[in-house]
Amino acid sequence: MTQIVASKVQKVFRTAGLEVVALKDIDLAIGKGEFVCLLGPSGCGKSTLLNAIAGFSLPTGGTITVDGRPVAAPGPDRGMVFQEYALFPWMTVAQNIAFGLEVQKMPKAEIAARVDQLLGMLNLKDFRDRFPKDLSGGMRQRVAIARILALDSPIMLMDEPFGALDALTRRNLQDELLRIWSATGKTIIFVTHSIEESIYLADRIVVMTYRPGTIKRDQRVALARPRDPAAAEFNELKRELSRLVMAEQQRHAAEEMGMYPP
Amino acid sequence: MTRRLKGLLHGALVPLVVLAVWEACSRAGFVSAIVLPAPTAVAAKWWQSLLPAQAYDAATQSRLAWLLSGELIQDAASSLYRVVVGFLVGGGLALPLGLAMGAKPRVYDLCNPLVQVLRPIPPIAYIPLAILWFGLGNPPAVFLIAIGAFFPVLMNTIAGVRNVDGIYLRAAKNLGVGEWTLFVRVILPAATPYILAGVRIGIGTAFIVVIVSEMIAVNDGLGFRILEAREFMWSDKIIAGMFTIGLLGLALDTGVSRLNNHLLRWHRGLEH
Repeated sequence: MTQIVASKVQKVFRTAGLEVVALKDIDLAIGKGEFVCLLGPSGCGKSTLLNAIAGFSLPTGGTITVDGRPVAAPGPDRGMVFQEYALFPWMTVAQNIAFGLEVQKMPKAEIAARVDQLLGMLNLKDFRDRFPKDLSGGMRQRVAIARILALDSPIMLMDEPFGALDALTRRNLQDELLRIWSATGKTIIFVTHSIEESIYLADRIVVMTYRPGTIKRDQRVALARPRDPAAAEFNELKRELSRLVMAEQQRHAAEEMGMYPP
Repeated sequence: MTRRLKGLLHGALVPLVVLAVWEACSRAGFVSAIVLPAPTAVAAKWWQSLLPAQAYDAATQSRLAWLLSGELIQDAASSLYRVVVGFLVGGGLALPLGLAMGAKPRVYDLCNPLVQVLRPIPPIAYIPLAILWFGLGNPPAVFLIAIGAFFPVLMNTIAGVRNVDGIYLRAAKNLGVGEWTLFVRVILPAATPYILAGVRIGIGTAFIVVIVSEMIAVNDGLGFRILEAREFMWSDKIIAGMFTIGLLGLALDTGVSRLNNHLLRWHRGLEH
């Protein structure tokens, strides 16, 4: 069942007389429970598209609908996990997770139960009364994920959430995310510039081009889970997507050289 | 323990040398005792003013009241009282105004010109008006102290609210937070490091102003006491009073700094 529909989405940034077309003619339909990765070089507009779906920065043309309703503002039905965690540093781990529920005026006992369950689910029990400054990057991102899971939003938007983490922590969290996804059946839109990460995680990889941001390839990933990054099919797909992304990257580099000749 | 002791001795070295040289100069008669009394004389005077002047009389007062009846303690209490009341008035007015000016550009545009014109006027310059409006006694002193505390708290509160990281606002809106909750649960705590820095500066200013205001408007307090001692050329009493002002200021700042550390225990800047 289709849940998120972007049609003819366009986003133009105007700053100091300069006009940048970040998104152009994006048509995308995402089904309920799908795990979609937006893949592309930095500056290709994948985060812009995610922010448009989240409602932080509305498109300048076209429409985005979620469950048939046009997106007009951010809301708890589309929980966002940021690369820079964005935890509230003055709240403890438990308070961060509970905050969204307090806002929704959930009864106290219910909040406590939900927070306990999430702390257990994300292995955060020993850290419930710590402040974010005392946690490692991986822990912080766990709390940020728990905060969004607490809302029970049907859609999770993730903006390069594991980009700042070391390789081991990253794989760990990827596995945890897959576990949560299969347990909850949420729709996930996950922005990344890592080809391997996108193949490891997604049902579907949407490769985007650099300025203007358009969709270059909409690739289904049919590999069975758990996926093995050393397997032949995995690497075949990786080579193919690398070619696409590298071509964009080179075009991007060439354009920048043209803009600022040596 | 021995390391702590060593540190203490290390820190005491320079003050002890200064005191020794000062004492030696006075004893040798290089300077007259009226110009600069010996530190031992100052210490004796300080101790004498600290202790109760009258003998204990169980019929008229309690033991505690008697112990606290020394002149220095009474003066320090009066000064502290004025600092606290003046700061509460000044800071109490500055905080809501600062929050409004920081959060609402329209309020900022309305109030900022007046604030910018009034801000550079030192509180001391208000002395004539303060006496004209409030006469003598505590009211003009509190008025001057409130002005001294007002601007640091105001400016820092505005800066604190304006510098809240946009990522917190986005995260909060994503959680479905309304405007009032956003302000109380996100903007206000995010701005507290700035606000508390303003409180610390404000209390420091209030403490300077209280001494000045006591020299002109009232009949007790540490500022009054050292000015009074000057009339009689009691320089030992002047210096003992100054020393007490230093101690009281240090105690106030330590207290505020402790409060800071407690309220900001979540803050990255305080990582050890």
